[in-house]
Amino acid sequence: MKKQSMFPLNHVLGFVLSIALTVGAVFIVYQTDFSASVKMNIIGTLAIFQALIQLIMFMHITEGKSGGINIINIAYAIFLAIVVVAGSIWVLTTGHAAM
Amino acid sequence: MASQTSTPLEYSTHQNEMTILGFWIFLGAEIVLFATLFAGYFVLENGVADGPTLKDILMMKDVLIETFLLLTSSFTMGLALHQMRQNNLKGMLIFTVITLLLGAGFMYMEINEFIHYVHEGVTMQTSAFGSALFTLLGTHGVHVTLGIGWVILLIIQLVRRGITPVTSRKFFIVSLYWHFLDVIWIFIFTFVYLKGALM
Amino acid sequence: MKYDFFVTGDPIILMSQIGIGLTMIGLIALITYLKKWTYLWKEWFTTVDHKKIGIMYIIAGVLMFFRGGVDGLMMKAQTSRPGLELLNAQHYDEIFTTHGIVMILFMAMPMLIGIMNVLIPLQIGARDVAFPKLNALSFWSFFVAALLFNISFVIGGSPDAGWTSYFPLAGKEFSPDIGNNYYAIALQISGIGTLATGINFIVTILKMRAPGMKLLKMPMFTWTSLVTSVLIVAAFPILTIALLMMTLDRMFGAHFFTVAAGGDPMLWLNLFWLWGHPEVYIVVLPAFGMFSEVIATFSRKNLFGYVTMVVSIVAIAFLSMLVWVHHFYTMGNSAAVNSVFSITTMMIAIPTGVKIFNWLFTMRKGKIQFSNAMLWSLAFIPCFTIGGVTGVMLAMAAADYQYHNTMFLVAHFHYVLIPGVVFAVFAGLYYWWPKMFGFALNEKIGKWHFWLFVIGFNLTFMPMFFVGLDGMSRRMYTYSESTGWAPWLGFSAVGSLVMAAGFAALVYNLYWSFRYASRDVGSDPWDARTLEWATASPVQEYNFAVIPEVTELDQFWKDKKEGTNKIKKEDIKDIHMPSNSAVPIIMGVAFGIVGFFLVFEMFILSAIFSVGIIACLIANSFDYDDGYHIPAKKVLETERKWRGDL
Repeated sequence: MKKQSMFPLNHVLGFVLSIALTVGAVFIVYQTDFSASVKMNIIGTLAIFQALIQLIMFMHITEGKSGGINIINIAYAIFLAIVVVAGSIWVLTTGHAAM
Repeated sequence: MASQTSTPLEYSTHQNEMTILGFWIFLGAEIVLFATLFAGYFVLENGVADGPTLKDILMMKDVLIETFLLLTSSFTMGLALHQMRQNNLKGMLIFTVITLLLGAGFMYMEINEFIHYVHEGVTMQTSAFGSALFTLLGTHGVHVTLGIGWVILLIIQLVRRGITPVTSRKFFIVSLYWHFLDVIWIFIFTFVYLKGALM
Repeated sequence: MKYDFFVTGDPIILMSQIGIGLTMIGLIALITYLKKWTYLWKEWFTTVDHKKIGIMYIIAGVLMFFRGGVDGLMMKAQTSRPGLELLNAQHYDEIFTTHGIVMILFMAMPMLIGIMNVLIPLQIGARDVAFPKLNALSFWSFFVAALLFNISFVIGGSPDAGWTSYFPLAGKEFSPDIGNNYYAIALQISGIGTLATGINFIVTILKMRAPGMKLLKMPMFTWTSLVTSVLIVAAFPILTIALLMMTLDRMFGAHFFTVAAGGDPMLWLNLFWLWGHPEVYIVVLPAFGMFSEVIATFSRKNLFGYVTMVVSIVAIAFLSMLVWVHHFYTMGNSAAVNSVFSITTMMIAIPTGVKIFNWLFTMRKGKIQFSNAMLWSLAFIPCFTIGGVTGVMLAMAAADYQYHNTMFLVAHFHYVLIPGVVFAVFAGLYYWWPKMFGFALNEKIGKWHFWLFVIGFNLTFMPMFFVGLDGMSRRMYTYSESTGWAPWLGFSAVGSLVMAAGFAALVYNLYWSFRYASRDVGSDPWDARTLEWATASPVQEYNFAVIPEVTELDQFWKDKKEGTNKIKKEDIKDIHMPSNSAVPIIMGVAFGIVGFFLVFEMFILSAIFSVGIIACLIANSFDYDDGYHIPAKKVLETERKWRGDL
């Protein structure tokens, strides 16, 4: 592992990016003319990017001897999150359940 | 101490390495926990039962301030950790205290936001939407509050013991927790507030 | 609020209340008389030793098995003849509810987690689990939750909405009594402990294996425990949130599950089974691991198809997260939803079938020894297959409209869970008992236990398939003569008595063996294959004097055959051990008190006692105790005692 420099470049970069992404999302919602679903897709993608920035630049997910395990663990948790969220919506809002 | 070695101090013992891994796995569980809350919210967000919707009560300016407070606190937490790895206790403590203040500011704003919602007639008892909204935001808020208490305990230990393998491990873990809460907030901001503004 | 603090007006319950009171006083008096308080506190209540924690889990599990079994017998007695009035409808509701919860969460879980606790560090050549203190907290929060749940029938009333507690029935409107609060709170407390156990065992297995033990050189029970732990971490947070929603709905007037206010009761079913289905695999996978160990040992062969076995376990775990809707096909979903979940459900049969063939091929051409542990494994295969095949029948969504919520379903899951979990626990107990306690259980009494229980089990549950297909729905407290079910159910009631006799034989066996069995059992009584048998019986507190080096699967077997299972005197060093701690038990008790007041919706009192939980967390944060060392000289002494030469 390489020694960290005195200036926390990664952190500053991560911070600037996350502020930019947040402002960008707000801009898209309030200042553009896309349809609501297009807007949702764009800001959803931005949110995922921002989460990745936090994970990699701030949380140092790949660090340490267990970096591989960490990545598998978080990937699995994200898979589960998708199953829980998408599955619940699908099961509870389609078919005869749709009210 | 070990600041010259290539491995950061918080990974210096086998027990530390295991504790950090254990905490990562706990964060995996937290992802599922918040996913479940999100699932509940998405299923129930239209269940307003003739009460106000999120769009009716939303204060986007306050929410934006909350977001910036939390994003900045995540940044200062990162800087504190950076100082720790430079073995600079004083810098580390300064950034930690700033993080705490930003966290407290976030909580203050969020409580204000809740009070506003209650005034607008949305409580946990109003509708399924209200229940789901307050539970999702409240669970995140409780996590932040616990995080603040936890950081305070660590500041005391850092002042008393300095940067040691044990305190550095503890601090590294609390920083993971703090960044994680920021990640959750990003999703709340996007899929609750911005989505609410769109609908 | 609408409740009586003590349940009154029923002679049976009054008798239980007096009985519980007298037993408690008697127990306290006995311990005081024998001057055992200090011993209990120092050696057990504050212990962080994984073996002792495991044994406490198992003891609690046996007690809960008794309680759940009595519930089962009462149900069988009530339905043994048409139109009986031994229990009224309300009592019957309470009893099938507590039977389900106690058996799944407070019997199956602690039994399996207990055996995992005792064995995992031994099988991987470690000195303890990764977080010993957290492990103790897991136990105490489970134990306190079990106590809290069990006092419900004398204080405040039992939950009565089924172990699944479906809304709207479980909501305040239809269940205004206190009982379902017990469900929400007790399960929450025990769930916290279970989640911690899951994390603890994942880290232990991933990070504390003996040098050289690659993942594909781990014993099968360790593999299944790892996958079970992963499933625990995946599924229990969902239960946490579902129970939180239930608590908020019941106690704070929220509307997650109230249709009139925009809620959706199906959300409860959805979340409950998102947890509930993986939970089935959480309890059944470690059981598969135990059968694998037992069958390999008593067939004198290594496990057939080790890698396919691992692959199928992982496949089962993966698929188990994707099948939850098969519990409520009849909610009237779209054809697409039901078809997808039908297919995923049927797919689980494939890896499970692979495992059955692996066990059969392990036995093929082996020198099979019909010890008690092996008998349970042999009985498991056909009984479990019946459960599995009926499961595939239920998996077909269209057909399920006919079977749904009938006794056919009840028979099916008892055929899965009793062979899959209870038989496994019995096999595991007979197999590992010498390692845990230094004496074996009596084989002859064990045969009585085995035959009575297995025959009784089949007599009890086989008839349920037929009444189920004949239209009897589950949870009916009585029925009329004209249904024609009476002979089947009478038969089934007799079977349950035979099964109870089997359990009595087990209890007698425990007593007899404790009193009379030979203490000279040796460290490896079954000529086994895995590392846990390289320790003394009972195991030394530090497990291994020297951490073994591993080069292949069944390392201990190889060492025995090559005569390399000796340790060298020079290799023995001081051994680092974690210190005992009172924090876990105090925190557990604090959880219990807070939970109790929450059940009764006394929020101020529960807030006051929550300070106790926080104080424990703070105390723990400031605790820098780094454990102690056992000097090499003392280790050498202990090792000489059982090895003889050294």
